[in-house]
Amino acid sequence: MSEHSAQVAHQFEDAEQQHEASTLGMWAFLITEVMFFGGLFAGFFVYVLGHTQAFAEGSRHLDLTLGTINTVVLLGSSLTMALAVRSAQEGRRQGQVLFLILTMTLGLAFLGIKGLEYAHKFEQHLVPGPLFRMDGPHAQFAQLFFSFYFAMTGVHALHMIVGVGLLAWLLVNALRGRYSAEYFTPIEVSGLYWHFVDVVWIFLFPTLYLVARHA
Amino acid sequence: MTHPTVPVRLYVGIFVALILLTGLTVGIAFFDLGGGRFHFANALAAITIAVAKALLVVLYFMHVRYSSRLTWIFVGAGVFWFAIMIVLTLADYLSRGWFPTAGAWSS
Repeated sequence: MSEHSAQVAHQFEDAEQQHEASTLGMWAFLITEVMFFGGLFAGFFVYVLGHTQAFAEGSRHLDLTLGTINTVVLLGSSLTMALAVRSAQEGRRQGQVLFLILTMTLGLAFLGIKGLEYAHKFEQHLVPGPLFRMDGPHAQFAQLFFSFYFAMTGVHALHMIVGVGLLAWLLVNALRGRYSAEYFTPIEVSGLYWHFVDVVWIFLFPTLYLVARHA
Repeated sequence: MTHPTVPVRLYVGIFVALILLTGLTVGIAFFDLGGGRFHFANALAAITIAVAKALLVVLYFMHVRYSSRLTWIFVGAGVFWFAIMIVLTLADYLSRGWFPTAGAWSS
């Protein structure tokens, strides 16, 4: 790809069609991701209906302040990602570099805060397994809530790590001046992935932190 | 390539809207909106706001609003199949009478 980055591969009519094909390919991948995360959400919904009180108990043990801060951080990273794509569309290299660095920083901040939350859960013995400790009648299914919590946020965090890796790769290429107003498909397509991971969090946050709080 | 760039003002506006919606959904979570044991109204409010936020991100940040019909079909197919998974799963479990909370959906 890199040696003829500004050119059109022979199977495409023109750059427009090539760009369209890449975007569509990314969307096809993202739809498989919808199914992947969707299964976890479906499982969560079934169990929250069956064990509402226990899931509410678990939900109340999450740190709403850190969760809210992380939501704002991730939404901010989506803004900077959108601006990085925009800089690429306009062929401004400095803008690409600046906004890619900002997006990476916010992405790493999200992972740091998530790590902090995980550390607190370990200290409070809220990690499912032999060390799980909770008083009251809901301990067993609150543990199930935390299994969902760690599986869903863990898989989400894994996607974030992959995203930060993609951003690092984009940053190196942007510094080398690989992207221009004529060719910016990698930034656009990676942007789609980054925004998708943001959308997953947009649903994870209320599902885990908010929905069952009152039951 | 002809790609109309979205004005920075619009992106910032979308971001501000997303932050406000986040504040709203967190704020609502502190109030008991009622609706039976499952607190259906609280859940409905949280999910509605999440859908609104996701729409803003998908339509503007992900450029779907400015994308081809083919992209719309792909995105729509994803949403549709996700809906099948959730709706059919819940239709099954909720209609079995297994959950004491299920009555909240009708009250």
